[in-house]
Amino acid sequence: MSILALEFPPVSHLFDWPTIWFDGTPLAVNKTVLIYLAATAATVVLFGLAGRPRESLVPVGVQHVAESGVNFIENSVVMQTIGPDGKKFMPFLTSMFFFILFSNITEVVPFIQFPANSRMAIPITLALVVWVIYNVVGVKSQGPFGYLKNSLFPPGVPKVLYIIVTPIELVSTFVVRPFSLAIRLWANMVAGHLLLVTFAILSATLWEFFYVPAALPFVMLILMTAFEILVSFLQAFIFTILTAVYIGGSMHPEH
Amino acid sequence: MLSLLAQTAPGEFLDGLKAIGAGLGYGLAAVGPGVGIGIVVGNAISSMARQPESAGMVRTTMFLGIAFTEALALIGFVVFILLLP
Repeated sequence: MSILALEFPPVSHLFDWPTIWFDGTPLAVNKTVLIYLAATAATVVLFGLAGRPRESLVPVGVQHVAESGVNFIENSVVMQTIGPDGKKFMPFLTSMFFFILFSNITEVVPFIQFPANSRMAIPITLALVVWVIYNVVGVKSQGPFGYLKNSLFPPGVPKVLYIIVTPIELVSTFVVRPFSLAIRLWANMVAGHLLLVTFAILSATLWEFFYVPAALPFVMLILMTAFEILVSFLQAFIFTILTAVYIGGSMHPEH
Repeated sequence: MLSLLAQTAPGEFLDGLKAIGAGLGYGLAAVGPGVGIGIVVGNAISSMARQPESAGMVRTTMFLGIAFTEALALIGFVVFILLLP
């Protein structure tokens, strides 16, 4: 569509990528799939390299990065939300954090510049995995009836209010949670990509007509790029911490 | 006004209405979460300033609060994209 003589591509052009390999099969590969494969490989390589046995005890290089990532997840996610007995979820949470971070950060990597999580498929899959995990954890640690009772009838509410509270809890715990988790990640990435595209197109168009004013949207573009680095880190963090909160909530019910 | 409406094709008229609805919808959806995130962050900052030793816990809880508050704005944003002609 055209706004004030400025050609803005339709939204679908910014997120639909043509198939590169295996066209027509269910295993068709396009840019999004390639970014996800690279993010998976980066996560595996990071922890594979960091986990090698070595002589010195002082962590250097890759090992240092991986260990500070693990420490970060342990101190500011697991210990704050689940507690010491949540440490068995550390491998899951850490690898999920780094996978989401690596597939988000391609938003600002030059020549890739596409956040893979702005397609809904992987966010909703991750959210459904999280849904299965916290329900299984709840059933295992409280028993099926105890889990249902604690999540549908939260203690400390006057008996009459259960008429209203129970349907709300039913919908929000078992239906809305995975979708809000997926939509939060996906919509943040879509918004960031649209923002960067808007300022990039603006500066390119202005550069064609007159050179000097193009500096304004270009400065904005650089600032937004810095902001998007923050956002892609923050969204990976928020996805992980909400997962930990849900797991913690079904492990230790409120009293 | 009426003659102007008669000149436009029905499809264009609907597209225009959709664009107005999308813009208004997103704008209205952003009002509440904006106020909400302001309250969340403001209170988190004041409690961090009062008790700097509890800053880590407050920051974690603040991000949680932001995430829950922001969900409404993001749903509005999704509706905005879906409504775009």
